[in-house]
Formats: sequence, structure tokens, C-alpha cells
Amino acid sequence: MNMLLKNREALLVVAILALVALVTLRFPGFVQPANLGRVYNDTSILIILALGQMAVILTRCIDLSMAANLALCGMVAGLINVAWPGLPIPLVIAAVVALGAALGSINGLLVWKLNIPPIVVTLGTLTIFRGTIFLLTGGQWINAHQMSEAFKGLPRADLFGIPALSWFSVLIVALMFVVMTRTATGRAFFAVGGNPHAAVYTGIDVGRTRFLAYCLSGALAGFAGYLWVSRYAVAYVDIALGFELDIIAACVIGGISIAGGIGSVPGAVLGALFLGIIKNALPVINISPFAQMAISGMVIIIAVAVNARAERRKGRVILKKAEAH
Amino acid sequence: MAEAQVQTRHIPDRLQSRGSRLLKSWESLLVVVAILIFVANSLASPYFLDPWNLSDATFNFTEKAMIAFAMALVVISGEIDLSVASIVALTSTAMGYAATQGFDTPALVVVGLAVGLACGAVNGLLVTRLGLPSIVVTIGTMSLFRGIAFIILGDQAFTEYPAGFSWFGQGYVWWVFSFEFCLFLGFALLYAVILHMTNFGRAVYAIGNNQTAALFSGVRVARVKFTLFLLTGLMSAIASICLTSRLGSTRPSIALGWELEVVTMVVLGGVSILGGSGTIGGVVLAAFIMGMVTFGFGLLNVPGIVMSIFIGLLLISVIALPILYTRLRRRMGH
Repeated sequence: MNMLLKNREALLVVAILALVALVTLRFPGFVQPANLGRVYNDTSILIILALGQMAVILTRCIDLSMAANLALCGMVAGLINVAWPGLPIPLVIAAVVALGAALGSINGLLVWKLNIPPIVVTLGTLTIFRGTIFLLTGGQWINAHQMSEAFKGLPRADLFGIPALSWFSVLIVALMFVVMTRTATGRAFFAVGGNPHAAVYTGIDVGRTRFLAYCLSGALAGFAGYLWVSRYAVAYVDIALGFELDIIAACVIGGISIAGGIGSVPGAVLGALFLGIIKNALPVINISPFAQMAISGMVIIIAVAVNARAERRKGRVILKKAEAH
Repeated sequence: MAEAQVQTRHIPDRLQSRGSRLLKSWESLLVVVAILIFVANSLASPYFLDPWNLSDATFNFTEKAMIAFAMALVVISGEIDLSVASIVALTSTAMGYAATQGFDTPALVVVGLAVGLACGAVNGLLVTRLGLPSIVVTIGTMSLFRGIAFIILGDQAFTEYPAGFSWFGQGYVWWVFSFEFCLFLGFALLYAVILHMTNFGRAVYAIGNNQTAALFSGVRVARVKFTLFLLTGLMSAIASICLTSRLGSTRPSIALGWELEVVTMVVLGGVSILGGSGTIGGVVLAAFIMGMVTFGFGLLNVPGIVMSIFIGLLLISVIALPILYTRLRRRMGH
């Protein structure tokens, strides 16, 4: 029992089960497998993005530009599809993943080579990326009828009764799990965030590792851009506006320490699912959707308070009394 | 964010003279940028140099700049407050609600200031009492405060404000000088005095440079930080009063995205995002620069989103260029 309380992921699983139970009391249909599948499908994009953000946060950085990157790549995917409707969709996806990684590498280079604080860099690129969408399109929308059937159909394509969108996120989760736990680069993300000085002495290039984390988050944002635009079948300047905060919230709820070095793939997935369940549950239990924002705010604060308690006891705190005054 | 690279530091034989230090300072760079933008604007549009147009232009930045002064202090102390725009929204909603209950103008102002202070206190308590990182706390309260405004208002708007209330955002003190602009100048002076001439200001720098050392030298770190979050709450409330009075209506999406603009203003003003350095003078200059860019582009019919690209580029380049310049000089053998 004590182990359970100390394990962040287990605690989060319990919280999610409690949340689902609470919703089910008001609306029994919520717990139907088909509905839970829909909730997962609806959260897929957030899961993919949260995993990219996790890699960046682990290295003591932050990527505020993910949602803008997503919007830009989504728009480019749409423009490619409008210009060459016959182009195979895998090629479109490859193009936007490459574009996303390139945009992420801009963040990474500025952080690595010029040592500019990550929050400043991504605050700047956030506005630049979104502005670029406007420059590309002049504010025009790409609507459903302009997109090819193959482009719109892929996320909905059915495989073993589950939409491809869900499969994509499962695939990314599996890939990220392998990268984070079984590769040198994945371990380097943890090492750089846990103790940059120690990481240098073990032969890890701190700047380069951060650069790679930004490329990874950019690539995932690019992929999510295609998924977003094809799923909702519309692209315009303001898609996913403010979504960067949801992504960070998912990470924080999932126990990824904003101070770097602490976090896990299951944690990020559970954090995203927690937000996804709240978002999908509110309408069915007759709580105004307007309340969602305040509730996710409360959840973030509670989550960070709980996580901080678990992280403390890293060293002895002396002078605690003096600080309290 | 500790840097891992081993840095070799060059120690000069003698210190720079006061004059050359002033010439090389961030603020002088900002003055040059401001003058360039001013000249470019007056060449680009014949309407720019009209006193009334310039007076209108000040509304682009005065409200954000008032928040930026308090934010500068928070950032210098090594923290950040991303919830300011949401405090503006919640304060505005509270005043709108009070107005529908028949409160008069002075009572509305009191309600606004009280809500702003309460929001600041929530942030301050979470950061100082529970020891949570301010960036996450204020991302949370950013959702929470605006979320409450959404719960109260939904898709409605408050538009019924008493007649006298419009003076804060629309009144003029003398000739082209609006009440807001005078308030902005007053607060600039006040914050410059607080930061650069009081013990409190020195404590803010001390905390930002080395919190532990500050604690050991008798600075009440928690109390100072709590006061700083109260101040950002208060300044957000004052900005909210001006903005609400100027627009004459409240929607829950009011001041959306302002937190990023305010942080940009502070960083552009030369305040280190890592804490420990920065001046109010720099923030004032940055406010003028951002206001003039927005206004100049507006006169040229450039869409708002293109201006934001420019602000984003400005933010990155003013930080990147000096770094590149020193690196280039070092490579040339100086």
C-alpha cells in the first residue's frame, strides 16, 4: 500500500479510475468500452504531443511553440494536399514530420548554440510560426471539400475495430517507450535534466541532447499537425490556439518535473488521459463546458502540489524556520 | 537552469569607465532601436507625427506596460507569473458583475483591486508556502482564473457600466495626455524608485542572483516573493480597470494572450529571464518600442498577426545579436 502511494503512475491510475467511477455514477454509459475507446481516440493527439513535450521538459527546457508548430505543419499538409491531391498520404506525413523537426531544430539550435533561455526562444518562435501560417495563406481557410478523401479518411480508417488515429498514438507511445528506456539518447534526456554537470562528465553533450529533444518534439508536433487537420477536416491560422498549455498540463499531471530529469512515458500518457477524460466527461454529466478551463486549472495546481511533495526530501532542508517568516 | 559548459572568463586589467559602460548598456541599444523605429515610422507614414495619433498609439502599450513593471520585479526575483492576463479577465468579470448589481464607479474600482490582490495572493501562497515552481503554478492559475470568468459569463458579456467609469480608459488629463498614459508614467517612476532606490528593490535583486545567499543575509525571501505576486495581481487589476473602461464591455476572452506580450516586453527590456538583472528604464523603452511598432504597422495596414511575427523576431534577435557580436569579436582576436 505504501509502495502504491509512492509510485506516481499508480497514484495517477487510481485517480483516473476514481474519476471514471465518479462520472459513471452520474452517467452509466460512460464506462461502455465503445465510449472509453472514443475518449482514448479523442485524446490521441494530446498523448502524442505530451510525449514530445516530455522529452523537452526532461532536459530542463520547455517548448511553448508546439501548438503553433502543429498548426503550421497542419496547414502545410493541407496546402500540399490541395496542390497535389494525388500525392500518397505517407509522403505528406513524411513531409510534415520533416518540417516539424526542422522547426523544432530552430528552437534547439537557438538553445544549444546561443544559450538563449528556452522559454524566451519558444515564446518567440510561437508567434513566428503562427504568423507564418498567415503569411502562407493570407488568412484563408482550407475546408473539408478541398481535401482529398484519402487525406481526410486516414485517421478514421478502421483496423480491428479501432480507428487509425488511436493506432497511431499507440505506435508513438511504444516507440517513445523504447527510445526513453532502451536507447542512449533517451537516457541522456534524463541525465541532462537530472544533473547537467554530471552529464558533461559522463561524456554527454548537454546542448546537443537538448537540440535532439527539440527536434523530437517538433517532429511529433508535425505529425500531430497532419492528424489534427485531417481529423477535423479544416485548417486555419488559429487551430490548436493555446493548446501548448494543455500539453504542458498533461505533462505536469503525469508527474514530469518541470525542473527536469523526472518523468516517464506512462506518466505522460496517463496525464493526457486524465485531461481527456475530464474534457469528455463534463458534457455527459451536465456540467457546463465553460467549467472545463477552471477544472483543468485546479487539476494542474493539485497535481503539481502532490508531485512536489513526492520530490522533496532530496536533501536536508536547513534554515526552514527562517524561510517560513 | 544551470549551464554545464565550463566557461573561461576574461578578467580585464581595469574596469570600464562610466561613460563607455553606459554606451554599451542594453538600454542604449534600446534607445537606438527606438529612434530607428520612430524615424522609419515617420518616413513610412505621413500620419505618424500627428500628436493625437501618437496619443492614440500609447493605448497600445500602456495597460500591458503597467503589468510589465510588476512582472519585471517578479522575473528579476527569479520567478514568473503567467496568470496576469487571466487576472485581468477575472477582475473585469467581477467588476462587470458588480456593475449589474448597481455598484457605482468607486465601488467598482475597489472590487477590481480586491479581486486582483486576491488572485495575486493565491499565486503567492502557492509559490511561497507550498514551495511550488511559479511557472507551473501560474499556468494552473491562468486556467483557473480565466476559467472562473468563463463559468460566470459563458458566452455572454457585461456591457452595463456606470457613466463615470469610462473616464479611466477614455479620459484626458491635459491636451493629448490621456489618464492612462499619465498613470503609466507615474507607475514607471514609482517602480523605478522601488526597484533601484529601496531596500526592497535590493532584496529583489539579491533573491534573483542567489536565493540561498539572500536568505543567509537576512532577506525574508518568502515575504518578498509573496509581495511581488501581490503586486502583479494589483497591477493586473489596475490594467483591467483601464482596459474595461476603455472597451466598455467584458467578455471572458478579454486580454487573451497578454501574458506572452507582457513577458516579451520584460525580456526585450533587458530583464534576464533567469533572474538577477534588469532595469525599469529598459522595460519602459521596450514598451515604447513595441507600442510604436504596432502602431506604425497599423498605419501601414499591416495585419496584427504579421506584427506579432515582427515582435517574435525582435525578441529573439535582440538577445541573439549581442551574443553573436561578442562571439565574433572574440574570434577576431580581441
